[in-house]
Amino acid sequence: MALERSDVEKIAHLACLGLNDADLPHITSALNSILGLVDEMQAVNTDGIEPLAHPLEASQRLRADVVTETDHREAYQSIAPAVENGLYLVPKVID
Amino acid sequence: MHQLTLAEIARGLADKKFSSEELTKALLARITQLDPQLNSFISLTEDLALQQAKAADARRANGENGALLGAPIAHKDLFCTQGIRTSCGSKMLDNFKAPYDATVVAKLAAAGAVTLGKTNMDEFAMGSANESSYYGAVKNPWNLEHVPGGSSGGSAAAVAARLLPAATATDTGGSIRQPAAFTNLTGLKPTYGRVSRWGMIAYASSLDQGGPLARTAEDCAILLQGMAGFDANDSTSIDEPVPDYSASLNGSLQGLRIGVPKEYFSAGLDPRIADLVMASVEELKKLGAVVKEISLPNMQHAIPAYYVIAPAEASSNLSRFDGVRFGYRCENPKNLIDLYKRSRGEGFGPEVQRRIMVGAYALSAGYYDAYYLKAQKIRRLVKNDFMAAFTEVDIILGPTTPNPAWKLGAKNSDPVSAYLEDVYTITANLAGLPGLSMPAGFVDGLPVGVQLLAPYFQEGRLLNVAHQYQQNTDWHTRTPTGF
Repeated sequence: MALERSDVEKIAHLACLGLNDADLPHITSALNSILGLVDEMQAVNTDGIEPLAHPLEASQRLRADVVTETDHREAYQSIAPAVENGLYLVPKVID
Repeated sequence: MHQLTLAEIARGLADKKFSSEELTKALLARITQLDPQLNSFISLTEDLALQQAKAADARRANGENGALLGAPIAHKDLFCTQGIRTSCGSKMLDNFKAPYDATVVAKLAAAGAVTLGKTNMDEFAMGSANESSYYGAVKNPWNLEHVPGGSSGGSAAAVAARLLPAATATDTGGSIRQPAAFTNLTGLKPTYGRVSRWGMIAYASSLDQGGPLARTAEDCAILLQGMAGFDANDSTSIDEPVPDYSASLNGSLQGLRIGVPKEYFSAGLDPRIADLVMASVEELKKLGAVVKEISLPNMQHAIPAYYVIAPAEASSNLSRFDGVRFGYRCENPKNLIDLYKRSRGEGFGPEVQRRIMVGAYALSAGYYDAYYLKAQKIRRLVKNDFMAAFTEVDIILGPTTPNPAWKLGAKNSDPVSAYLEDVYTITANLAGLPGLSMPAGFVDGLPVGVQLLAPYFQEGRLLNVAHQYQQNTDWHTRTPTGF
């Protein structure tokens, strides 16, 4: 099933990507080309095969429930685009 | 001095033939003189390098020794370096000075390595040609009209051009081994979990792995020794002891069982590369290896599965770039959604946007089973093929790439044509296996690589085979004209 321009607009919205209208035709065609490659998977018989998420099938390690991190707030905020009084600034969300 | 390998540098420093400061100054001057032709560096870190070189010389004067103490290296620009721009080849992170060092960076600095700079790369490591970088394409020192491979193209071009002896790199679908093959280097992608990913900007977390790029297997052993090891900060780091890789180099290959997969030699492989691969097999037979044809029947399904898994994980990982906490922020956002959309639309390049969208689509409601889950099932089939093969053979050998380095721009109009060039490297990432590419000859003046794959945690065996091969061949010593 080939993607239409409207599908690409929807995917871009889901991915929070602002695309130029002029770019949509060639993006649509590139995505269809990639999905054409991906669809070759559907011919593979995977009945009874368990999905593999981690190559060594390791599970997430747990650690003791103790504080190990120190406060890096200043270092992290020093590289932010906009901060004030220790807070990250974004456009107004609530009127 | 620029022809010295890491091993030779360590001996020269120990014998006081030169100081790390002298070597560092010589290489920085060489980079300044020659890199404009290649564009292999995004940032040079001269002040840090001279400071680290002087500190290393002082440690040596105090009687300390170490293979990396005073050795000049560079880091692919996705390893976080505290206070130094870590761009990931993207406009998104052009202004990003990392607030901490990656584990790999910290470990190598502690071992006394000298950081000359940060190398160019495909944006967010997404590419096989180093053409998607915000900082421009990298050129192949063997032919400046050709690509150096990617995504670690800057590290590869710099080491191949003798701007420095070795560099760090990362490999998600071939990004160490393919540029190694394209530039006549030795490059090793370790077992998944062998090298810490902490502070390594994530592309596809279940596939990404850091490793060394150098001119010899001996140097890869030295650099890997400094990079490998358990790290509690990386939740997928594996707590396995790190062997002495340099000690593994000299073992005999008598009786080594080499598997050559018949699927590797189907249509699509340049027959001249096939001949060079078989010549390398003959060379290893002379050293005592025995050869057996094997089968990896699911190899052809690896590319489509990879182009679901990697983009899906990328779409999730790259959601952190929102224009709020770090990185690029658009001008005058109208509202919060506009801030997100325009920061990401303007900050990411076209290939990154394509992969984010493929991933977002594959993970979207109603498509998860058909794409991501299906790809993970194929991933198990690919792994099972290897597990079956390794009951019969010790290593698997084949070409690293089906073709030599292509011309700059040749594959820009159709991304899928470049994806298909990763056919031999992607399977090791899906299965998490270690893989190495080593120089094995030339086609039309461009280097050709042979890939070796081994069972989990057998990096030492890969280095052993490559080192023995390099003791009996001289492909890896060839230097590109003009460098």
